[in-house]
Amino acid sequence: MSAYLLILLPFAAAAAAALWPGDRTRPWFMPAGGLAHAVLSLWILFNPPPDQPGAWLACDALARAVLPAVSLLFLACAVYGVWYLRVRAERPNRVFVSLMLVLLGLLSAGHQARHLGLLWIATEAVTLTAVPLLHFNHTARAVEATWKYLLVGGTGIALSLLGSFCLGYASLQGGGGGDLTFAALTAQGAALSHPWVMIAWVLLLVGYGTKMGLAPMHTWKPDVYGEAPGIVGAILAGGVTTVAFTAVLRVRAVVAAAGLGGMADRTLLAIGLFSMLVAALFLLGTRDFKRMLAYSSVEHMGILTIGAGLGGAGAWAALYHVWGNSLTKGALFLSAGNIRRAAGARTMDAVGGMALLTPRSAALFVTGMFAITACPPFAPFFSELRVVRTAFATHHGGAAAMFLVCLLLAFFGLTRLVFAIVDGRPRTAARDGRRLFPETAGIILPPLALLLLALWLGVAPPAVLRDTWTAAVAQLYPVP
Amino acid sequence: MSGATVNLLVGVAMGLNLLALASSRVPSIIRAVAVQGMVLGLIPLLMETHFDWLVATVAVVTMAVKGFLIPALLGRAMRSAHIDREIEPFIGYVPSLLLGAAGTIAAVAGARALPLLPEHTGTLFVPGALASLLTGFVLLIGRAKAISQVCGYLILENGIYLFGLLLINSTPLLVESGILLDLTVGVFVIGIIVDRIQRAFDSLDTRKLTVLRE
Repeated sequence: MSAYLLILLPFAAAAAAALWPGDRTRPWFMPAGGLAHAVLSLWILFNPPPDQPGAWLACDALARAVLPAVSLLFLACAVYGVWYLRVRAERPNRVFVSLMLVLLGLLSAGHQARHLGLLWIATEAVTLTAVPLLHFNHTARAVEATWKYLLVGGTGIALSLLGSFCLGYASLQGGGGGDLTFAALTAQGAALSHPWVMIAWVLLLVGYGTKMGLAPMHTWKPDVYGEAPGIVGAILAGGVTTVAFTAVLRVRAVVAAAGLGGMADRTLLAIGLFSMLVAALFLLGTRDFKRMLAYSSVEHMGILTIGAGLGGAGAWAALYHVWGNSLTKGALFLSAGNIRRAAGARTMDAVGGMALLTPRSAALFVTGMFAITACPPFAPFFSELRVVRTAFATHHGGAAAMFLVCLLLAFFGLTRLVFAIVDGRPRTAARDGRRLFPETAGIILPPLALLLLALWLGVAPPAVLRDTWTAAVAQLYPVP
Repeated sequence: MSGATVNLLVGVAMGLNLLALASSRVPSIIRAVAVQGMVLGLIPLLMETHFDWLVATVAVVTMAVKGFLIPALLGRAMRSAHIDREIEPFIGYVPSLLLGAAGTIAAVAGARALPLLPEHTGTLFVPGALASLLTGFVLLIGRAKAISQVCGYLILENGIYLFGLLLINSTPLLVESGILLDLTVGVFVIGIIVDRIQRAFDSLDTRKLTVLRE
């Protein structure tokens, strides 16, 4: 029941927002829907429903381990969004507000989907719902980014459908009756036809990896994150990617049950390290701070994938990192949005001295940058430390070394760009920005709250979360 | 009895792949995609030994969407943008055709290596799916006009649909219809974005979409 409520609540809010007459008051549906969703998802976190093995949709341990993070991120973005849409009052917001809420409902569905086909439907629907949000600004650049998103994302999603069919066929060959729930597929185990499982794994990893933005399927990400409004970028980087990651985790569990876990883990490690390397190299070169966030997201998707490839302890660290990444990325996107609006530009060639023009946003941006580059005591530091420790404990010393080198390169890239924007003297073009965009509570408190949450999770992750992560790992990485 | 007919239809779909690869005019690519969609929509009806209302509904809806609705949308976008001909494709017509032909042969040969259920061994589903996938990719990469790329995407999806027919007796119809719905909405959204490209860039040439790069 609660599983359906998590989906229906945002949908109801979306419908109400679509019917609501006033453009000025409509944005309030976003925080209202987001608050209801956050309360419900946290309530479920503390009072987990009994497990229903055969259910297509259920708030199982994996969903509980991840969904509250997405929910909190959405809530912060929604509060920020009320202010954002007030500034952008010249654009009609009916479609934007409704689709944001629909997106939240679909994200809930994707996290809770325990059926191969349903998971695909939810992910595809998420992709499509994001399209009008991306080109909210209706500029030529936004259209270009949306087109790339559609072509690359559409191809990725098509490949994951093909992979789902292949996995279904593997089950048919193993004598399955066509039950495509993950529980049933896992129960079939070694009976699944191995060649088809391997094909399915490659296709599903490429397909859902495209959604996550793993290199080399990440090409849509910089364009889209660069052009989308900050709150949409935050939801994409912290919510949509998370759905795809849980999808990869669920599929990996089936592949491991079929006896091909070693192969799956090796591919995860390889693609994760490659993503980190590509992201680190591009971070050293980019001059645009919104595209920088996209490459940083590619890097962190790589970290999640590496964690997932290192067995149970690594997956625990990855789930921890999902929280750290979602919350910190949210803070970064929102503060970057403030800076971008105040400066009127996005490259280090045109923006400088933002510490003087927007001191609070700049402070948040710098703090968020340190948090995401794994400086203690923020959550990403502790989760990445766990990944490294697990890598050494499982005799992946080379992978750990490369992991650390990539982190270091990314740190250089991020600090170079962030301090170029924050320090120095304000550029003339950006000088009168401050008058137009005063730093009100509505645009400072949401990113601040996200950063404080990331800090709290780093210093003292609550026991209920740690237990849920352990339960999720037990669900996905059963100890033989 | 129906096995041979189904194989014939899949063969027709594979021929339409080559037609789409070889044609330089956008309307003929759209027509090839439309006919392919209708041919593929027919197949589930022929696969059934006894009549099933649900399967028939899916087949009719597939034919209507793939054969009429989507081509009509694309045709409208094409007329509003005044494009008729693909000029200077990234991969020329003869190389595309050769690629497609080689891919089709490779698909037929490669499908033999895959383990199939006894009832699927004599069919062309897997080779047809692989050949369509390859055709779709060639069009996606090799054409510059947004509409030709959308056609490539549709052929790619037709290939996946062909593969999905292997599972039609075992997956619940709810899933099938959800997938169909998503694809329809997807193409609809693509159509709208094509329209926006036309308005923003005054052209449907994706080579003009080069502002965003590193």
